[in-house]
Amino acid sequence: METFDLGTADVRELNRRLQRRSGNAAETAFEVLNPMGRHSLAVGLMHTLDVWIRGHAGYYCAGMNERANVVVDGNAGVGVAENMMSGTVRVRGDASQSAGATAHGGLLVIEGDASARCGISLKGADIVVGGSVGHMSAFMAQAGRLVVCGDAGANLGDSIYEAELFVRGTVESLGADCEEKEPSAEHVRDLQALLDRAGVDADAGTFRCYGSARRLYHFKVDNAGSY
Amino acid sequence: MCGIVGIYLKNPDLRPRLGAIFSPMLMEMSERGPDSAGVAVYREDDAAEAGKVVVYDPGAGFDCDALAERAAMALGGEVDVERVASHVVLRSATGAAALREWIERACPDLRITSSGAVLEIYKEVGLPAQVLELFSIPDASGTHAVGHTRMATESAVTTEGAHPFNTGDDLCLVHNGSLSNHHRLREWLREHAGIRFQTENDSEVAAGYLTWRLRQGATIAEALEAALADLDGFYTFAVGTREGFSVLRDPIACKPAVLAETGDWVAMASEYRALARLPGVESAAVWEPKPATVYDWGSG
Repeated sequence: METFDLGTADVRELNRRLQRRSGNAAETAFEVLNPMGRHSLAVGLMHTLDVWIRGHAGYYCAGMNERANVVVDGNAGVGVAENMMSGTVRVRGDASQSAGATAHGGLLVIEGDASARCGISLKGADIVVGGSVGHMSAFMAQAGRLVVCGDAGANLGDSIYEAELFVRGTVESLGADCEEKEPSAEHVRDLQALLDRAGVDADAGTFRCYGSARRLYHFKVDNAGSY
Repeated sequence: MCGIVGIYLKNPDLRPRLGAIFSPMLMEMSERGPDSAGVAVYREDDAAEAGKVVVYDPGAGFDCDALAERAAMALGGEVDVERVASHVVLRSATGAAALREWIERACPDLRITSSGAVLEIYKEVGLPAQVLELFSIPDASGTHAVGHTRMATESAVTTEGAHPFNTGDDLCLVHNGSLSNHHRLREWLREHAGIRFQTENDSEVAAGYLTWRLRQGATIAEALEAALADLDGFYTFAVGTREGFSVLRDPIACKPAVLAETGDWVAMASEYRALARLPGVESAAVWEPKPATVYDWGSG
């Protein structure tokens, strides 16, 4: 394992190394010490490698991730794993706003809570939150799954397209055009597989399912008040 | 974008090092606000010191001693004067309110950063590092401090437009965001509450609003609850009072904020990295303040 100490190295140096633009290409395991809440740690990774960030990360950690497996041993700031394409990002603590924003693929696991706008404009990734999510989560989510083991804040799934939302606790309120759905046996089976893959000990049968009512796809003047 | 930070030291042993603990927090927020910076320092209570007013940039040729003499004559009792870089601190046993009122009347051109029993506000255009050094903030002692790094949106890049804002009574406010109903509210507070404003800045109106609520007998927590209904716009506020400090975010939490607390201190910042060097932060409780929720320390 190669160790980067951000007490001495800088973030650009780290990212160049993790993007395989410098150093030995055979090395696949990295440890980042003293992250001190710095922004843009481990962004734009395009190779199969493991990165452990030992401490709290700042904004956009593991953004645009492709293939890599990134673990944050602490909290993550705004936009963790934003625009992720594939791979896995795991936050052992809490995540700030807009976690997994516009993520196309891969798996984001937040073991603690995520604040507002978790999974905003989600485009195909899976997000599993061990705790609760804040308001406006899954806003305009187009594809993928947001799974919340705790509670969801106000206006969950506002203007949602075809993403699937699962919440085990309470939902403060649903956003425009989001409604509760009856999950099929296949949904429950797939959800259980996702929970297992995320390493979350939960029974898929105890989650409620939410999705688009598909009333706002096409503009109708009668719906003007809902936009 | 702006950066805001605040720290309240619960442990008296840390208070001589307030400035040293606080300064790196503000420095870390340089990228969020390189236009100007300001610091509010709450000194330890000193019974002999009944009140002080900080005046800024009176001009190189300004005769501070003459001002102090005139004030002493008008108010009775001595008025102490101390130049701190571009600012002047005036101290009077008659209390800060009387001194401020006299200055506003006798020298309407002088600009006041703060008045209160323990509060001193210093602010200038420039990078946080320069501003901290100019006013020797790293050497400051006290119970709590609040700071701001500004990226201007609502008004010009001037010392007047720099935060923190104070409209009297040891209260100070720093703000990340912008308010949309500040024009009307400023006029209302001027007319109905007798609050004096020195700038066109939206954040000064929020400070004036809280000062008015406190004068009406509200606690700071009650005043901030009321602000949720009366202030329109987006904001994260950090507010200092003589007793402690408070944090409030707007109902949709537009602007970032992180809180951290140990047995020794409680701190807030726009971003965690400003807290990352605080002593004992590795064992601190770290969390994001919820929208439309008042957090308050030290006020009892």
